[in-house]
Amino acid sequence: MIENKKFNTEYNFAFIDESTKKEIRRKLLKAICIPGHQVPYSSPEMPIARGWGTGGLHITLAIIGKEDTLKMIDQGSDASVNACNLRDFVNKTTGCDITFDTRDATIIQTRHRITEEKLSDKQIMVFQVPMPEPLRFVERYEYKTRQMHAEADYAKMWLTLYESYVKWGDIMQGAGYPVMVHNRYIMSPSPIPRWDIPNLEKSECIYLFGAGREKRLYAVPPHTDVKPLELEDVKFHIENFVEIFCASSGHNNAFMDEMYQDDGISKKYYVNDSNFLDKLLEKKEVMQHTNKYLNGLQNGQ
Amino acid sequence: MGYVSVKGGVDAIENAKELVEFYRVKNHTKPIEIKQIQSQMRLGIDKIMGEGSLYDPEYAALALKQMEGDVLEAAFVIRAFRATLQRKYYSDVIDTRGMFIKRKISSSFREVPGGQVLGPTRDYIQRMLDTDKYDENPEQIHEFLKEFNDKIDNDKLKDVEVYGKVIDLLKNEGLLQPVEENYDRTVKDVTREAVKFPAPRSVTLQMLARGETGGMMALGYSSMRGFGSGHGTIGELRYGEVKINVKDSKGRRRYIGKINVTECEMITKINTTKKSKVPYFAIGYGLVFGQNETKAICMSILDRGIRSGNPSSPSNNQEFVLYHTEGVEAMGFTNHLKLPHYVTFQSGLNNLREAVKRNIEEKESNNKFYKALSKERNKEKIL
Repeated sequence: MIENKKFNTEYNFAFIDESTKKEIRRKLLKAICIPGHQVPYSSPEMPIARGWGTGGLHITLAIIGKEDTLKMIDQGSDASVNACNLRDFVNKTTGCDITFDTRDATIIQTRHRITEEKLSDKQIMVFQVPMPEPLRFVERYEYKTRQMHAEADYAKMWLTLYESYVKWGDIMQGAGYPVMVHNRYIMSPSPIPRWDIPNLEKSECIYLFGAGREKRLYAVPPHTDVKPLELEDVKFHIENFVEIFCASSGHNNAFMDEMYQDDGISKKYYVNDSNFLDKLLEKKEVMQHTNKYLNGLQNGQ
Repeated sequence: MGYVSVKGGVDAIENAKELVEFYRVKNHTKPIEIKQIQSQMRLGIDKIMGEGSLYDPEYAALALKQMEGDVLEAAFVIRAFRATLQRKYYSDVIDTRGMFIKRKISSSFREVPGGQVLGPTRDYIQRMLDTDKYDENPEQIHEFLKEFNDKIDNDKLKDVEVYGKVIDLLKNEGLLQPVEENYDRTVKDVTREAVKFPAPRSVTLQMLARGETGGMMALGYSSMRGFGSGHGTIGELRYGEVKINVKDSKGRRRYIGKINVTECEMITKINTTKKSKVPYFAIGYGLVFGQNETKAICMSILDRGIRSGNPSSPSNNQEFVLYHTEGVEAMGFTNHLKLPHYVTFQSGLNNLREAVKRNIEEKESNNKFYKALSKERNKEKIL
């Protein structure tokens, strides 16, 4: 436990005071009841800078109990420096168990990735969200985007997708591809790659999203319809890693990191998800996500 | 693998922590005492307390020491600390008319009741690098204080009293009027709930009081330079001590102490649109912890601009001003660019490569088409 030496008192369990944690949990319940809807919340200041995962931390700290096991990843990696720092903070203030193994975790806090390994109904995945508003790039004012969501007025968004196709021949949105949740709200999935988008749909686990700086929470409960936005004749597609194999494991059905070698020309690819890669190397059994986009790739379509 | 080398993260953090501590003390100088910072870095402390949103000079001094003199970082530490404190009371509205005045000036009138009190200010002191301060010693300070105290006439001190406000003069004459007749008077607590726009004035004032001085100055300045409501006149700027009262659980009013604040009232002329109505004056209001006149003045400009009802300039737009003068959040988010983004980047890279490929293919097929076309035409010519 971190101590405040001057008054010789300990910080509360999970750092945030109980009444604020309760408030966050209430807002999370609301978010789960209205999938994809952004719920404003108090977002107290953390000893972690805004934009560095405070929203994810608020959720994790509000829901974590002494029995929980936490996994913390950033860009798919357990060893990323910020993930180490956040993991250390939660561990110090709660004393809960920590793990790198995706299957052992009850709560997984993540930045920019969904694990390659499929999650069960005993697990909660918490996303750190920089920009919760998917419409921000078509409408800059919060006051107006709230109205647009309320009226399900998404014309500007569709038009932007169409314009992207006309200008560049494709919907050029990379990470953070906007999705339609249960045929009602357009939602930002946080900047996960398109590779992960199909795995939001009809999941077993709960997906919770926290945007600390913008003070918004939202959720995708299990078995929810989550569809990437696409036009009838211009379809969503995931990143193309068809003929790319991991230099370390030889695996090819995963999101890859591209690494330039020291000569500055040649490239090698490695499986991005660190725990998944470890399991591949140790030849452990792993249940991967399945979705139609992956199958499409494998059939060479 | 760059800075995500496997399991290296934890060690790297520990080393960075140690190294930054080394940089703080590496020259074997005497540690600065908190008491010294608290008394000799008064204006820095005031800024930290304002932006950190916690009135505690001692902790502010500690934060400044910890952060090697970075005022905004210190304010961040204070904010994080204050978030762990339970809110037990809301204070009564402070009465700045009852302020124990240390400084008060008005630029609207040559003379005001109680006079212009310059107080502690460097406004009229030439900003020349004071080389005498280089090797200042305790004896000099002692001597200065002795001389200073000797000059004070204790009999006169009893005469210090409370002064009326300049804006009351205008109010009594009917020149000063509320701008909006029915504006939203709801009192929110921005530390307890997320802001929704359009937000009531209480939100504007709370967020500006916690705002970052530099950011507020940039927007306030832009407003005066022509991107906003214009050049007001300071009705009154005062700095001094005010009393804080709270109501305890039994509803009894309790006096809990005094704080220093700077208050600014900016007078601007409001031109009415209706022909029948004459123009009138309205004020923009600024109130900040400690002595931070730049911030108080800019707060009053921005408050006035936001209420002008014409959001065309950035400094008049409530959402723009409040979101972007929030220094601790702005600093966090701009610095988050240092975090790895390679997954996000890969996703965009993938798209871009495909777009380039499409572009090349399109050009090639166009070339083929035109070549075939010109061949056809040549044939026709020959025939």
